[in-house]
Amino acid sequence: MRTAARPLHFAGCVELRQTLDVHAHDERELMSRIAEVPADSIYFHTFGYFLRHHPQTTAYGNDFARWAALEIGDRALAERLAVVDPFAFPRLDALRDHLVSILSDHLQRHTVGGRLEFDRAFHFQRSHIVEVPLGLDATSLAEFRAGLARVDESAIYLHTVETRVRARRAESFTTWLADALGMPELAERFARADPYLTALERARGRLLGFVDEALEDERR
Amino acid sequence: MSRIDDYRRVSGPGAVDFVLRLAEQVQGRRVLHVTGGRLGGGAAETLRAMVPILAELGIDARWEVTGGDAGYYLTARALQAALEGAERGPSEEGLARWADMNRLNGKKLDLGADLISVHDTQPASLVSARNAGRWVWRCHVDCSAARADNWAAFRQFADQYDAAVFPMPGFESRLDIPMFVIAPSIDPLAERNRDLTPREINETLGGLGVARDKPLLVQIAPFTQAHDPLGVVDAYRLVKQHHDVRLALAGTTDGEPDRLELLTQLREIAHQDSDVVVLELPAEAHRQINALQRAATIVLQKSVRAWFDLGPAEAMWKGKPVVGGYAGGLAPQIIPNVTGYAVHSVEGAAFRIRHLLNNPELIPRMGAAGREHVRRSFLITRQLVDELALAIHLLR
Repeated sequence: MRTAARPLHFAGCVELRQTLDVHAHDERELMSRIAEVPADSIYFHTFGYFLRHHPQTTAYGNDFARWAALEIGDRALAERLAVVDPFAFPRLDALRDHLVSILSDHLQRHTVGGRLEFDRAFHFQRSHIVEVPLGLDATSLAEFRAGLARVDESAIYLHTVETRVRARRAESFTTWLADALGMPELAERFARADPYLTALERARGRLLGFVDEALEDERR
Repeated sequence: MSRIDDYRRVSGPGAVDFVLRLAEQVQGRRVLHVTGGRLGGGAAETLRAMVPILAELGIDARWEVTGGDAGYYLTARALQAALEGAERGPSEEGLARWADMNRLNGKKLDLGADLISVHDTQPASLVSARNAGRWVWRCHVDCSAARADNWAAFRQFADQYDAAVFPMPGFESRLDIPMFVIAPSIDPLAERNRDLTPREINETLGGLGVARDKPLLVQIAPFTQAHDPLGVVDAYRLVKQHHDVRLALAGTTDGEPDRLELLTQLREIAHQDSDVVVLELPAEAHRQINALQRAATIVLQKSVRAWFDLGPAEAMWKGKPVVGGYAGGLAPQIIPNVTGYAVHSVEGAAFRIRHLLNNPELIPRMGAAGREHVRRSFLITRQLVDELALAIHLLR
């Protein structure tokens, strides 16, 4: 069994939410606010959705699509926003531009409904991620598997989504598997695992399946 | 009093261990909460459970309260009402007297701490006496409709804080400081929410005079227009045309004239319809409220203005689907079609109740989804995580 060049320190995270006192009451306001809010807010409402979404909620992919579906009641717009894969964009500003272009195109083809009451408006937020060392380290694939199986699900988000997009103290699973453990093929499988539209527990199960197959290969 | 380990059996795998890990980053720090009193629900109820747990986690946690003369309390109440949208705010003289009283409070109280959380309006001007630590104003009500002049008067104090915390986005008004969001929570081990045996439920309901011979609709909320008990009766009457159900309305009046008038109307309705039960219960009637929610077939919260009442979360924790108004903090608690329904009208409420009664298999399914939703999002262990994260963020 190979030993990693450096240990992986598992960490979970907490999302401390901050409201920006920026609101949208209809699709047109949503477009203009998306264009002007801090990039952190775009991150919160897209990538951050993965941390908050669980099977009890209905999957919309991001907060904008959820609002369009549930509050505006515009299923066509909700669908167009839902299929935006945030991982497909190299920078948050590119993701922001894409969201604005979807709304702009939609507004050219459709009439905007009335303004919603404030209770139902879209409230823009951002978040501060607080990392939580979990006291679990891995220096081998077997230890990695044991840790992956038992860590808080926020650790799955931190090591797969958050570290993929923003610099964190925690190391991404893919970087550690490739660089520290010398398993680039397994790292590649982790990188290609589709975290989209699934709950973190399900993502954990999928990643564990990859590790189990790699362990089986090592034993052969 | 519950200890942190007691929550292992209710809060889901790993939740308590996660709290313990997070608390390591705040151990030894001094955390102070200041409120206008130790009694009642809301923030005080949460702090009664949370402060001892924070201390158990190795944090030097304390809780102080402010006080004053009758004018002090009157001004504080008027200020709170003004922030919630009342047209008239307190007088300038009243505000000056209130601030003077809080200056005295500041001299009497030990405000030495690393993080000082000041809850709601009564103690809010204490911040003028700050000399050390990080200060956070904790707002538990909806300030979004505060009149501009009243909010401007209050901002002279609020902007002296390092941060504010609101229960949900959209409850804030303009401030120059960061505004964080921490949703309130329920304590699953408290008398109001703990498991009750069938015998305890039967005995308690017997004491209240509520029979269990037909499906029971329950709304627990103060007898105010904001919670629309008359609308609930109208919805019940529409349902009653198709289903033999009973309605129990339980709430408080706090001796307020408009509430007493509403209670009189409701009692008259109950007098004419033996399937309507109206119960005036004090806020601390936790066992009775618990039993009513557990005995309910469907719980209603048909409020038209609701701040962040945790009635839906309490009911969902007990495995009940909730039909609630589309107001304030009800929306994030009720996941439409999953844990219940958010409605906009009497007819809508009746329609959803009939839908559930006609499709009874939905009731336990939604109840189970609701309990899981609350377990993840509205238990005190989740709020502990948020509170600790706030402390870590502000004390960095």
